[in-house]
Amino acid sequence: MSKVEFNKETGPREVFCGLTSIVWLHRRMPDAFFLVVGSRTCAHLIQSAAGVMIFAEPRFGTAILEEKDLAGLADAHEELDRVVNDLIARRPEIKTLFLVGSCPSEVIKLDLATVAEKLNKRFLGQVRFVNYSGSGIETTFTQGEDGALKALIPLMDSSDEEKLLLVGTLANNVEDRFKKIFRNLGISNIESFPPRQSTELPKIGKNTKVLLTQPYLSNTVRDLKHRGCEIISAPFPLGIEGSTEWFLAAAKTFKISELKVHEIISPLINRAKLALESHKEILKGKRLFLLPESQLEISLARFLHNECEMDLIEVGTPYLNKDLMKEEINLLPDNTKIVEGQHVEKQLDRVRESNPDLVVCGMGLANPLEAEGISTKWSIEMVFSPIHGIDQAADLASLFSKPLKRNQILTSKTLVTH
Amino acid sequence: MELTLWTYEGPPHVGAMRIASSMKDIHYVLHAPQGDTYADLLFTMIERRGQRPPVTYTTFQARDLGGDTAELVKKNIKEAVERFKPKTLLVGESCTAELIQDQPGALAKGMGFDMPIVNLELPAYSKKENWGASETFYQLNRTLLKEKVSYSEKISPLRWKEFGRRPKVNILGPSLLGFRCRDDVIEIQRILSEQGIDTNVVAPLGASPDDIERLIDAEINICLYPEIAEASCEWLKRNFGMEYTNTIPIGIKNTIEFINEVHKKLDLPLTNKKELEHKSKLPWYSKSVDSNYLTGKRVFIFGDGTHAIAAAKIAKEELGFEVVGLGTYSREMARQVRATAKDLNVEVLITNNYLEVEDAMKKAAPELVLGTQMERHSAKRLGIPCSVISTPMHVQDVPARYSPQMGWEGANVIFDDWVHPLMMGLEEHLIDMFKHDFEFIDGHQSHLGHTATNTKDILNSDEKKETNSKEEIIWTESGRAELIKVPFFVRGKVKTNTEKYAILRGIPEISDETLYDAKAYFS
Repeated sequence: MSKVEFNKETGPREVFCGLTSIVWLHRRMPDAFFLVVGSRTCAHLIQSAAGVMIFAEPRFGTAILEEKDLAGLADAHEELDRVVNDLIARRPEIKTLFLVGSCPSEVIKLDLATVAEKLNKRFLGQVRFVNYSGSGIETTFTQGEDGALKALIPLMDSSDEEKLLLVGTLANNVEDRFKKIFRNLGISNIESFPPRQSTELPKIGKNTKVLLTQPYLSNTVRDLKHRGCEIISAPFPLGIEGSTEWFLAAAKTFKISELKVHEIISPLINRAKLALESHKEILKGKRLFLLPESQLEISLARFLHNECEMDLIEVGTPYLNKDLMKEEINLLPDNTKIVEGQHVEKQLDRVRESNPDLVVCGMGLANPLEAEGISTKWSIEMVFSPIHGIDQAADLASLFSKPLKRNQILTSKTLVTH
Repeated sequence: MELTLWTYEGPPHVGAMRIASSMKDIHYVLHAPQGDTYADLLFTMIERRGQRPPVTYTTFQARDLGGDTAELVKKNIKEAVERFKPKTLLVGESCTAELIQDQPGALAKGMGFDMPIVNLELPAYSKKENWGASETFYQLNRTLLKEKVSYSEKISPLRWKEFGRRPKVNILGPSLLGFRCRDDVIEIQRILSEQGIDTNVVAPLGASPDDIERLIDAEINICLYPEIAEASCEWLKRNFGMEYTNTIPIGIKNTIEFINEVHKKLDLPLTNKKELEHKSKLPWYSKSVDSNYLTGKRVFIFGDGTHAIAAAKIAKEELGFEVVGLGTYSREMARQVRATAKDLNVEVLITNNYLEVEDAMKKAAPELVLGTQMERHSAKRLGIPCSVISTPMHVQDVPARYSPQMGWEGANVIFDDWVHPLMMGLEEHLIDMFKHDFEFIDGHQSHLGHTATNTKDILNSDEKKETNSKEEIIWTESGRAELIKVPFFVRGKVKTNTEKYAILRGIPEISDETLYDAKAYFS
């Protein structure tokens, strides 16, 4: 392990909670519905984070707790039952209903597991109910997906068939590319989790080789291990380096030679390097500060340093699973400062002191930093854009080069005529 | 428990944030978990603010719940006060903290600070954003002015005469995330200043706690947005005798009425009455022959209470529209909206459910929708032109240009904003009419999407199926041909009416003549 500096920080934070994951999960599985059991704040959070105004009837909603629901839990359970019945009647196309716990439902100890169990019996063969918590007292942003996937594992049948299982939500086009490359490598049995339809869950067992596509799935990984799956240790497929190592790690598990991997992906690498060039031009030597939010920060830092030659000031992450991030941390330059957790005020002090060229941060902080003359990139875009894989390396770099380029254009003095 | 897919208003603590963020030298310590920080983006992204809202979130986690969350609250309050040095501190809790009952306001008061502390109790499970904003503004005024109540004499609206100066007023209610507040304030100040009236304080937008303490230097209060300011105005009236205005200066008639009301309260002679009618272009634009086609346009209105009521009045009295539906999501304003609807003899809709609004809109078959951004989406789906008149805020509702809703310029903005989509509606009709001419190429794209000009589907619509299932009605060739000639924006209505008529008369086949019979019958 390289000499990386680990720090922990606590204090006021500026991050999304796990409910935000619903924004991409509901698009991945269009036959599922996400019912948050929470407050008006939860409903307002998701619609604000997603900017949802465009859907006639979105595939997520909130059962908003009212005064009377807080008075007695028995009544709250009954009320939830009624809301679910109405919802199923209105939306018969729903195949899986996620009951999503929130801060208030966790605090009043609403037992969503028991509610789900009861509903499963009633709607047997029609709708499946699972529950998980996306609450902000337990989860940050992407950890909501970890919870949702973990909740689906008990529904997955067992099979000893050998297969490669890609775990973590990917953009559909990226997923297709990956599968094609794996097939070219000679791995034919490939499945994804989460699947595109909530009802088409992959079967798992001792010959399932799990390859993670996202770094934020600690709990899902633990449960997959319990089901006998083998977890392939690899960096994450962001950038050329990460993706190459990722393919190599999978190939090794399937006893495919390195030579074969290089033969297949070399043309892709060459092409990607070419595409990366113009972005590297802009990013090279620029100083980067990553604030914590998505847990993608360490992989992004590795990519932006190793492939785009940016200098790393500080790499924030909301949560650090050293075991899962082992391969990534090994690729980081010596003396990289990783900070787990956040004290947003102290961290912003460090941002100002270090005068970075680019800050990766949440939407609440971006414009205030821009107003102080610091270029920013919102982290939420990383979870909405197809950024995985060798072919997307330049697209990933462009997310960071664009704000710098724009800043250059707007501050250019050549247009001044007076 | 209420199933909500989308909500017009946020929780009450977001209302409190609107007050805190609108003001200077204030800090709000909010006992809340990390996810609640999403609300910052409403200000930094939608309003494009270059400053973070002055809010510290205590960020308690599950593991803190077993221990001492009260200590966490105190630690955050201490840090926030040291760092931000506010002149007044707001302390409150969001929905989750309300359940653990740490009473952060009481904790703060026990910490020995010199500055005034406002303890906000905003019931998250029964109240909403506007209520929260109103309550926060009220509590803030009360805290900062309560000591002055005892020795202050009742404020006479006429005292400016004794003082030998121009009358002074406060403008109360404008806030961040309020609809076009930034520009309304400029417009209203300009109007008052033209009348020889000075603005003492604008609050909460741009005010500091010092300004709040100066509120009683004015003679009267202008209650610009009752949703936010009425409770405060009422308190100032009760305790200091300060009168406040009731008229909201949106539209020409209301602006003139507003000026009259201010003059009457201050006993200031209104010398330029005649001039006032020519201050805005709306009256003449509305009167000009070009606007003849606006007569009786069917308009459906939904928004916050203030803007919905004003829109109804303008639509009916100043533009000659027919109001076919009126509603609001502001429960606090339900009574006033009901009264307006009763005057207009239309059904009223008080709801927070946008799907109900869409249904009512569909039923009312309007030619123009005046609503929130959500109604704009619903109207788009139905192929009806729409103009946005109310919050919830969208980045488009914070335009770069000067764009008030109130006063003379506000009336100009309203004329353009409401009439242009209609003119485009007319354009649609012309495009539809002339589309068989050789000049028109295939695939001409309508700005309303495909809904508006799609004549082919009209006879295969769901509506038709429904009608057919009840009663077997056949549209003949001639009936069909005639129906297609009807402008698209009334076609649905004509079709339903004709079928209704056919059923009524037991006519099995609809021909062109049936269409005309029905038209005569319903006119």
